Amino acid sequence: MEKNKYGHVAVFIQQHNSKIEAVSLELLGRATELAKELDTKVSAYLPCEKAGEMTKALFSYGADYVYTIENKELKDFRSLPYTKAVVEAVKKDAPCIVLFGATRTGRDLAPRVASTIRSGLTADCTELKIGSYTDNKAGKTYEKLLYQIRPAFGGNIIATIINPEWHPQMATVREGVMKMREPNTSRKGEVIPINVTFSDVDLAVKIIDKVIKEKKVNLTGANIVVAGGMGVGSKDCFCKINEFAKIINAEVGASRAAVDQGWVSKEHQVGQTGVTVRPKLYIACGISGSVQHKAGMDQALKIIAINSDPEAPIFKFAHVKIVGDLNTVIPMMIEAYKKIDVSKK
Amino acid sequence: MEIVVLVKQVPDTANVGADAMKEDGTVNRAALKTVFNPDDLNALEMALEIKERYGANVSVITMGPPKAVEILKESLYRGADKVYLLSDPKFAGSDTLATSLILKSAIEAKVKNFDIIMAGRQAIDGDTAQVGPQIAEKLNVPQVTFVTDVEEVKNGKMRLSRLSDEGTEIVECKTPVLLTVEGGVNNPRPPRVKRLLKYVNAMSSFQMNEDWVTDEDVEYLKKRELEIPVISFCDIVVNPEYIGLAGSPTRVKEIHSVVFKSIETKDYPANQDGINNMMKELVSEHIIG
Repeated sequence: MEKNKYGHVAVFIQQHNSKIEAVSLELLGRATELAKELDTKVSAYLPCEKAGEMTKALFSYGADYVYTIENKELKDFRSLPYTKAVVEAVKKDAPCIVLFGATRTGRDLAPRVASTIRSGLTADCTELKIGSYTDNKAGKTYEKLLYQIRPAFGGNIIATIINPEWHPQMATVREGVMKMREPNTSRKGEVIPINVTFSDVDLAVKIIDKVIKEKKVNLTGANIVVAGGMGVGSKDCFCKINEFAKIINAEVGASRAAVDQGWVSKEHQVGQTGVTVRPKLYIACGISGSVQHKAGMDQALKIIAINSDPEAPIFKFAHVKIVGDLNTVIPMMIEAYKKIDVSKK
Repeated sequence: MEIVVLVKQVPDTANVGADAMKEDGTVNRAALKTVFNPDDLNALEMALEIKERYGANVSVITMGPPKAVEILKESLYRGADKVYLLSDPKFAGSDTLATSLILKSAIEAKVKNFDIIMAGRQAIDGDTAQVGPQIAEKLNVPQVTFVTDVEEVKNGKMRLSRLSDEGTEIVECKTPVLLTVEGGVNNPRPPRVKRLLKYVNAMSSFQMNEDWVTDEDVEYLKKRELEIPVISFCDIVVNPEYIGLAGSPTRVKEIHSVVFKSIETKDYPANQDGINNMMKELVSEHIIG
């Protein structure tokens, strides 16, 4: 697409039954900061059946313009109709940046949109920045590009990706890594409705049935996470991790190794192929600390690592080191916690 | 029915040793073992199961360096009917958009009237999951991503189950269609001895051009259908401006290895006093309680 350096910073808004997904609001938060650096405004693209109260919420979380694409065929996510809706919004808005949550929906939709408008796309970013780039070969400097920063190679490297020539600059961004801003209900903006019509070809995929799985695990929003790894030893021992978490009001996390062992379900997995968390406190129990695991939790304010191996890599980036057996340390922690609880009451 | 499975040979990023990164922070590819991308094996298995149930011709295409012929041979051992190595120095440096254009052109050149294109959800080196949907867009066919099961294929329609953000969905779609297959949804069959013994000596057109290979050897391989065809730039119709590094919208500005930066670590002994002190500290820092 043609470059528009004055274009807005746009966010695709993912909603389900008129409830906006947290990741979209997180991205609005980051988008307002990026827009400030670029001296531009924030757009939100909202394909849905009926926008209703959602537009107000989007203004309060940082959107200046909300492009509503309302159609009964947009009730549930489907690749083709949603692609058409977002492409129409991009054509009308001519943004300089478009962000999507790296959810299943975002990772299905964003590449199809990028391919339609012939634009570059970076997957699963964990950080976004504005910066310049000098192409030494071409002797050309680009100002105020979007640095799309992401782990790659199984978390072994961090890559900074840019799209110097082709705009808009597009990225999907991991859930839980950007901070939502406090909603300001007095903020106002402009609603811009877009009409789309769909042909039979657009509606080629039909949803016959749905099994909604309630999200029982809320790792991304947790204040405290207690996570277990290979060192936990068995499924029975993992129950103690669950118990401990319950007592201190924490969510349960796990390393890939513990999930692969079948001790805990996949939705608890923290790391490169699991979820990213940024709690106030992360208690890693029997987790060695692979780069893949680190990628999902090193943003925690405080990391306590308990491991019987004093040389475990996790001790290199944990704030608190306890070398010992989980089966004795965890009961001691519960004991200590209960004392605090009592003294506070 | 014509099925195309797209596969990739990838470095085994799940088992990375200390020598995997060079001192300048770039990846030392030579030190990494290569494997058949795990999700792609699930896609191949799903294709072979469709073939068994309904009858189909399964073609496997990989884009990569000459060495990637290894996973094509593995595909033959497992039951693929036809395999193609898509390889040309002009393709090097392609990002996902450029890659999808090359693969789309190769599919159009080699598999006329395909019904189903299948690929693993994502490759373990880039973890982008972008190439599948981008090929679907370029071929102008619908896509169904994160597929976990094929329930039925009948009268040019498929009924599939897939993972969504809310749970699972049963969807129906017309063919032709592109599917990306969720990892771990089936148990990829092992190679069959009979097929392995047949194809173990298969060679790519690259290998057949090596000096030591005689005309007689070539004739022998061709007669037994042991030549793995190479698709190069001149075999496909593609705008050269849109492929390779120059044709890729995205650039890698820099990469650095994940170094464990030492931070200040406080040691607490694993006894009740030590743990009590740690807990008190957490309370005073308003982290807990």
